[in-house]
Amino acid sequence: MTTKISFQHVNKTFKVKGNAGRSEATEFTALRDINFDVKTGEFMVIVGPSGCGKSTLLDLLGGLTKPTSGSILIDGKPIKGPALDRGIVFQQYALFPWKTARGNIEFGLEAKGIRGKERAERAREFLSLVGLDGFADRYPHELSGGMKQRVAIARSLAYDPDILLMDEPFAALDAQTRETLQSELLKIWEKTKKTIVFITHGIDEAVYLGQRVAVMTSRPGRIKEIIDIPLSARNGEEDLRSDPEFGRLRHEIWSLLRDEVQRAQAYEIQDKAGHAQNASNKNKSGVL
Amino acid sequence: MATAEKSVSLPIGSAQRRSSAIAAPLGIAGKVLKRTIAILALAATWEVVPRAGLVETAFLPPLSEVLQAWWGLLTSGELWTHTEASLIRSLAGFGIAIAAAIPLGLLIGWYKGLSELLTPVLELFRNTAALALLPVFTLILGIGETSKITLIVYACSWPILLNTISGVKNVDPLLIKSAKSMGLSPLKLFIKVILPAAVPTIFTGVRLAGAGSILVLIAAEMVGAKAGLGYLINYAQFNFQAPEMYAGIISISLIGLLFNQGLVTLEKRFTAWKQTQSQ
Repeated sequence: MTTKISFQHVNKTFKVKGNAGRSEATEFTALRDINFDVKTGEFMVIVGPSGCGKSTLLDLLGGLTKPTSGSILIDGKPIKGPALDRGIVFQQYALFPWKTARGNIEFGLEAKGIRGKERAERAREFLSLVGLDGFADRYPHELSGGMKQRVAIARSLAYDPDILLMDEPFAALDAQTRETLQSELLKIWEKTKKTIVFITHGIDEAVYLGQRVAVMTSRPGRIKEIIDIPLSARNGEEDLRSDPEFGRLRHEIWSLLRDEVQRAQAYEIQDKAGHAQNASNKNKSGVL
Repeated sequence: MATAEKSVSLPIGSAQRRSSAIAAPLGIAGKVLKRTIAILALAATWEVVPRAGLVETAFLPPLSEVLQAWWGLLTSGELWTHTEASLIRSLAGFGIAIAAAIPLGLLIGWYKGLSELLTPVLELFRNTAALALLPVFTLILGIGETSKITLIVYACSWPILLNTISGVKNVDPLLIKSAKSMGLSPLKLFIKVILPAAVPTIFTGVRLAGAGSILVLIAAEMVGAKAGLGYLINYAQFNFQAPEMYAGIISISLIGLLFNQGLVTLEKRFTAWKQTQSQ
């Protein structure tokens, strides 16, 4: 298998405004020295605690931001910006509310320059792929969360990108819908042979979906370890989640994540306390 | 409101369904009564209070006399002359304001630099009451149509301009991100995403401007006009024709009501996706 995506010593820092009283901006390292490859056609899952820079990683891949240093290569060439060779699926669907399901799917096709009959045909085909045949003319507000995400997936797949980037796409859905969509996503992946980079904070989801799972550390985000998931029975009917091997892998990732989650929570409390401190400082100066 | 009414008419059991067949016409009658009862009470009070001698009939004649005067003005054609003059002014001002303020608002909302440059001036002007500028417009543009229409343009422009700016600025960043990820150029992004997303907010401004156009119109017509409903009201008051004065006031209320209703209907059509979303 050839390498599709390659992260080479990627760093990303943000300038954040200093606390009240201090005016100088401080630097915040979101990602530090990220190094890993994703193979063509691979299903790669990235799992990490909240605030570890997972979404930043995806923004970089999408070409929406640039790394501070290092480079990201796709097919050996550095990313120049957003393009239709990558499709992003967001947690909050990001459907255009003034367009119907069909209109939303056609939006991406239009951006690609596909017109007329072919566009309508493709939209129908991909609505069918995600199981929404009768819903072409529904507006997003007339669809359930799961259906919206199906439309969003269809929209990204329709313009035929090589890589599908998914940012916690099922996090806002209920457990049943999530499981259904997970298994359908696997079917779609097998059918379309896309390279998928899937971000999640759910360990079960990571083990169930990924061929490999990259575990990230909290602040600054680094790749702690990449774990192979050698489960083969993904397309079978049996309950993969009750497989003892599934449990073992789940526990392995859980152990890797535990310290990181604790650290992330400690950071969060610290941040909140900092904010409260700032607020009270502001109040004091207001009184004076 | 609407959802509450819907849930009332939902048949639950078969027994209730049978009774609802009878109750349906009664329900409609009840709804009509609910909507009109306050108006009817107001009309009755207006009729009774002057007749009972609680107020001077020269200042507040009973409603029936007012309606008679209104009918008289209508049949003589006088009412139409004034209404026509008023409508032309108000629609012209409203139209010019839409044509000027929406493009300007789009520019200011989109270009950050322009927004930073113009915001102080905009803040200053929008907090200056339109009617405070009426003497200025009269001084510069005379007492003819130009100054009146200019005043209406001025008053209508602010709600449209400010709503357009905020509509463009407050588009869901995720939608922009999503469109950008598909490699849309800035111009395409503006036309395909920013503009449609801003339409509901822009329309709110247009509706506010519609109400505002009638409001300042009347004031403008009270200063040096020869026709128009504002003129009619003022003129009738000078000549102690209280019924005609109230007839003019009622006409203005009805026009305002119709104008607003028309704009609301238009708004619903343009923003169907948003309307149903908020229900």
